[in-house]
Amino acid sequence: MKPNKVIVIGSGPIKIAEAAEFDYSGSQALKALREEGITSVLVNPNIATVQTSYRMADRVYLLPITCEVLERIIEAEKPDGILMGFGGQTALTVGTELHDKGILETHGVSVLGTGIIGIKKALSRKEFKDAMHSVGIETPRSITSKSRDDAVISSRQMEYPLIVRASFNLGGRGSEVVYSEEELDSVLDKTFAQSAIGEVSVEEYLEGWKEIEYEVVRDSGGNCAVTACIENLDPMGIHTGESVAVTPAQTLDNTSYQAMRSIAIRVAEEIGLVGECNVQFALDPKSYRFYVIETNPRMSRSSALASKATGYPLAYVSAKLALGHRLYEIANSVSKATTACFEPSLDYITVKMPRWNMEKFENATERLGTEMKSIGEVMGIGRNLEEAMQKAVRMLDIGEPGIVGGKVYNAELSKREALRMLEERKPYWFLYAAKALREGASIGEVCKTTLIDPFFIGKLERIVRLYELHNANSGDLAFAESMKRLGFSDAQLGVRTSAAKFVKQMDTLAGEWPASTNYLYTTHDAQEDDVARRKGNNLLVLGAGVFRIGVSVEFDWSAISLLDSASKSFDSVSLLNCNPETVSTDWDTVSGLYFDELTEETILGICSKGNFGSVAAFAAGQIGNNLAHLLEKKGVRIFGPSSSSVEIAENRESFSHLLERLGIRQPEWSSASSRDGIKEFVKGVGFPVLIRPSHVLSGSSMKIANDWEELDAYINRSVSLSPDFPVTVSRYVREGVEAEMDCASDSENVLGILMHHVEEAGVHSGDSTLVTPFGHSKASADRMKEISLIIASELSLRGPFNIQFVIENGTPSVIEANIRASRSMPFSSKSVGINLIEHAVRGITGKYEWNGFREPDHASFAVKSPQFAWNQVKGVYPHLGPEMRSTGESAAFGRSFGDALVKSWLGVQPNKLPAKSVLVYGISNAAYLGEAASDFSKTLAVNTLEGASIGNLPQISQSKADSMLRSKKIDLVVTDGAMIDIDYNLRRRAAEMNVPLVLNGRLGAMLASQLNSRFTFEEMGEYWK
Amino acid sequence: MRVLASKESLLSGLHEPIGYKSSLVLDDGTLMGGIGFGADVHAEGELVFTTAMNGYPESLTDPSYKGQVLVISHPLVGNYGVPEITSRNGIVQNMESEGIKVSGLVVSELTSGSGWNSAKTLDSWLKENGIPGISGVDTRSLIKRIRNLGASSCAIIPGKGSKSTSAYRYDSINFAESVSPREHVVHDFGSRNNIVIVDFGVKHGILRSVSRLGYNIIRVPYNYTEKQILSFSPAGIVYSNGPGNPNLLSESAKTLGKVLENGIPTLSICLGHQLTVLSMGGRIRKMRSGHRAINKAVVDTSSGRSYITTHNHGYAAYAEDVPEDIERWFISPDDNVVEGIRGKNLLSVQFHPESGPGTADAEFIFKHFERMMRLEAK
Repeated sequence: MKPNKVIVIGSGPIKIAEAAEFDYSGSQALKALREEGITSVLVNPNIATVQTSYRMADRVYLLPITCEVLERIIEAEKPDGILMGFGGQTALTVGTELHDKGILETHGVSVLGTGIIGIKKALSRKEFKDAMHSVGIETPRSITSKSRDDAVISSRQMEYPLIVRASFNLGGRGSEVVYSEEELDSVLDKTFAQSAIGEVSVEEYLEGWKEIEYEVVRDSGGNCAVTACIENLDPMGIHTGESVAVTPAQTLDNTSYQAMRSIAIRVAEEIGLVGECNVQFALDPKSYRFYVIETNPRMSRSSALASKATGYPLAYVSAKLALGHRLYEIANSVSKATTACFEPSLDYITVKMPRWNMEKFENATERLGTEMKSIGEVMGIGRNLEEAMQKAVRMLDIGEPGIVGGKVYNAELSKREALRMLEERKPYWFLYAAKALREGASIGEVCKTTLIDPFFIGKLERIVRLYELHNANSGDLAFAESMKRLGFSDAQLGVRTSAAKFVKQMDTLAGEWPASTNYLYTTHDAQEDDVARRKGNNLLVLGAGVFRIGVSVEFDWSAISLLDSASKSFDSVSLLNCNPETVSTDWDTVSGLYFDELTEETILGICSKGNFGSVAAFAAGQIGNNLAHLLEKKGVRIFGPSSSSVEIAENRESFSHLLERLGIRQPEWSSASSRDGIKEFVKGVGFPVLIRPSHVLSGSSMKIANDWEELDAYINRSVSLSPDFPVTVSRYVREGVEAEMDCASDSENVLGILMHHVEEAGVHSGDSTLVTPFGHSKASADRMKEISLIIASELSLRGPFNIQFVIENGTPSVIEANIRASRSMPFSSKSVGINLIEHAVRGITGKYEWNGFREPDHASFAVKSPQFAWNQVKGVYPHLGPEMRSTGESAAFGRSFGDALVKSWLGVQPNKLPAKSVLVYGISNAAYLGEAASDFSKTLAVNTLEGASIGNLPQISQSKADSMLRSKKIDLVVTDGAMIDIDYNLRRRAAEMNVPLVLNGRLGAMLASQLNSRFTFEEMGEYWK
Repeated sequence: MRVLASKESLLSGLHEPIGYKSSLVLDDGTLMGGIGFGADVHAEGELVFTTAMNGYPESLTDPSYKGQVLVISHPLVGNYGVPEITSRNGIVQNMESEGIKVSGLVVSELTSGSGWNSAKTLDSWLKENGIPGISGVDTRSLIKRIRNLGASSCAIIPGKGSKSTSAYRYDSINFAESVSPREHVVHDFGSRNNIVIVDFGVKHGILRSVSRLGYNIIRVPYNYTEKQILSFSPAGIVYSNGPGNPNLLSESAKTLGKVLENGIPTLSICLGHQLTVLSMGGRIRKMRSGHRAINKAVVDTSSGRSYITTHNHGYAAYAEDVPEDIERWFISPDDNVVEGIRGKNLLSVQFHPESGPGTADAEFIFKHFERMMRLEAK
């Protein structure tokens, strides 16, 4: 029977292994519900997502995804169905808990899609293995265990190396390859801590085997289709999230492919799949032998990738199947001529490459392994493998122009050194493989080192050989032009070619049927376009590309908001982006989707092929601003703030001059193009100082120096000082209150939303706890509003912008202004129930109906908290500073500040309210830590640490603290600053044991004082009233 | 023939300079240039495409492709090389016949990959078989052309080619003559019972699937009479796939009708299915561009179950082409082609339950056939 109201669980903050792919999957599920006339209730504290709006969902709860909270929502909403397969492992774990506690049954909520029994069968390593064996499906030799000692003893039946994995877990957390019993023993605690059901498996490590993934859809009548096969280039032992992956599989013959496909269907049948699942195989590269490794009975990162790679909308179809439809009753939304009961055929190649941000994590282990630590991914599409790979490399936005010709390729690196990088499994292995080949390594040597199929290494070698031939014949333009076919960019070749680019459709059927699809990519390996030039006045919106620290789903929200609101002003609006995780790369959301590179060459090509008169870049983060500048120079009309105003604001020197001229306060500053210039200035203002080049996003390559030594080190390492490239040096305000304002302007008038940070100014704004309405003095608020008006009219800003302030003694100074959509705009917008991007578009196309500054009314409090990846990134020291390290955010609204703060903080993993015991210690912000300790002491046992003790609390030693953490006798650690010499091991241990960490004294004090707030659990829109 | 310089051969995906310029000419005068591979000869045939993304050794050896130049939609072909052909009891185990059956091959990029069990590259295999190939063609645009114009004839011409149109008339050639055996062939599995396969160019995948049922297989020429067929006292009869226009095989259809009246369990596949429909007074029409893929659903109209199956047919019976009183067993949800009919002791499917290449989803059809034979034997 069709339900009337369905609750959909989201995946919470963006974290490693749970990113925007679940915004995409959830949005598709919500769309399917809306089509059926079913009321949807979405629970997700990730305010930056597209799904947490009324665009797709009927009812939205920005609340932590816990059993208790969901029970309250179920009581209030009385849904009759639940979808738990669209919010990653987070949703599935909570969903099974709701079932196990009888909550679903009590309230008459039926599980739609795959049943709980099947889900458990899939997620428990033991049950899965048993179920597979019972139907004769082979899995690697393994043992499962619920106790540490037993795991060690049982593992003696197998030979090392072995691989340890946790049940009910995400992103391979806690898993590792171990080479001895000693190593196994040392990692088990951590692995157990990562399992939601306290179960681990230890299995045979199939070194060098291929890892192949299939995506299966199955309806309640048992009809199946296997819609994609993904071939991971990296062998077993490298997490699939860390692998370069090619769709469709390239090196499987019919026998291998079909044997695994049939088993994938058997696995789906065995778990009673209704919807979609991903089945992973290990395949012997030298025979037809294979094993089933695992299945994810839900939408996964791989299934989102598979959807984008094939054009088959897995999440949408999966939701329809969960509602009882048969596969062949659902239309193929791409061809519109055929049904969803088929297996896509691709006449192109896609290559997914992961994006790491290891430079943000000092001390972190770089070696890739069984745990995922990449932050984002891109997908290159081409008519051949080389083209797809080289496009993907450029999409990564790591400054590499392709497989060859960049920093790594031209580095002083011998063959041996390059091979060593491969052996150490450094991120971006393909660059080192090309380098090794250039330095004379054979295909065989690279294959032996990487355990990657020679077919792919051969492709890299072809790129290297061609590039070297090109360098030896640089005058041969015809040759260079023909190389374009293999994905070489003009910049990479160092010549301007006139090779034609063609626009092709991704139509799921390899051209077999006429397709009206708008899902497009460009290629040089073709002779004809699939689509005709557009007519009229068209806009191309740029997406933000790959997710990095500092660029995440919030920009996707901006891009989608922009698509929605700009459509009135143009005949058509299309979008360009290259991130397979996102809602913006869902061809369903847009009239034209170009899945391609965000580079000048490609954009110009698309503009001329597609007849785009205007390009909007302001929703694309910093990459957009940089591109806007280049495109405007080439005569492209920019929809949004002019790039000259962006330029003034982003150039630290010109902006500082501007502020000076306008009489706006800023921390003391100086522009210096020499070492002496810097020293002179520093002598005047004293340490710490902030040094930064222009065009900065998320703190990269800006640096705080605390003393001469650090200053010298920075100058030597990262800056080439010259009059053309000066740096600005400013007094670094650490202690002040940080505030910021998200704005939209029509060049005279401003709509703005003011916010402040809980943490002091020294903590990067992206890692801070953000609060609105603004909670400090009215006088400083008034001054900030005034400043926003002055800057908007001075720069004639039409569109969105964000200004960051530091408030010292009640007086705000401007730290920086970003003339584009900001990271916080979905938060600020949703906190008051408006859309700043929509207002920005109104500002670009017309005038506001008010004069001066306007701030929407706040009917409630809103708080946003950062999500960190301390646990996943091995070795990194958990601490806050001017460098951004958080991967995502959670938010909540409340009737009081405490109401919003505590709920927001609880939305972040692994945060939990302390039940018994807290450890508080630290040196900086000691007064705040003291406040926190005394508030916690009212209800909890509070200890402090020898050597960094707070007040008169009982002191415990490092080793005592460590053993308490290991045995989970500490529920929360509150500290401040960085004391890497004192507590590195302690913070690491807390992270590995999933013990919540509060890394700032002010936040600790705020949380401690608000623990007893009255909590409200209202629907998002209620908080606007 | 001028051999390509190393630069050009690298660009065309060849590590060794072995290619040469070649052209593909369509009967509407379209000329597409590319790089030749395989045998350096002229070839002509009907131009058809498959959307199967792998399984090229199986496709190229499928006798149903006789007289056709095959375009593969997936842009990289040759990635895992070609294995040595293995046979057991006269049945090829890893391909669909003893040699390449297509007249020519068109790909976007030829690769010289080699899988763990590969014995040669695709290029050298084509050479061995005397079959030409052409790479560097925008196969997507070519497929769109075939889709819009309908199947047309073409020629692969080494060198720059000329716009001379090809005079190839696929529809009027009787291919059964060239792919059916002259005499009957026995595959003895030591059983007391025989299955007769009427061979219009049978895929060895069908022989493999039938051989698993445990009967002896007698493969007979397509023009054997009723009496000749019955002389083997078959427990079951299989009408095989094969190339060409079924409407040219009216004698065979007539014989088939007469044999059916004996009530012997019968399984018809592909061309066999078309002849079965004809024998019942139905109609078979040339399709615009045919079904050639391994990703196509068929729905069992009685159970509502769907299966992903392998198709390779340029002719078909649509819903209105099959006499009313005949059970439409399977239909294609995409275009209403009747993909299977059923009657007493008769199973007839347009798709390929033996796959090769493709899924094993419909392998159960052979089990049905076996059950029919068992029941009849009681």
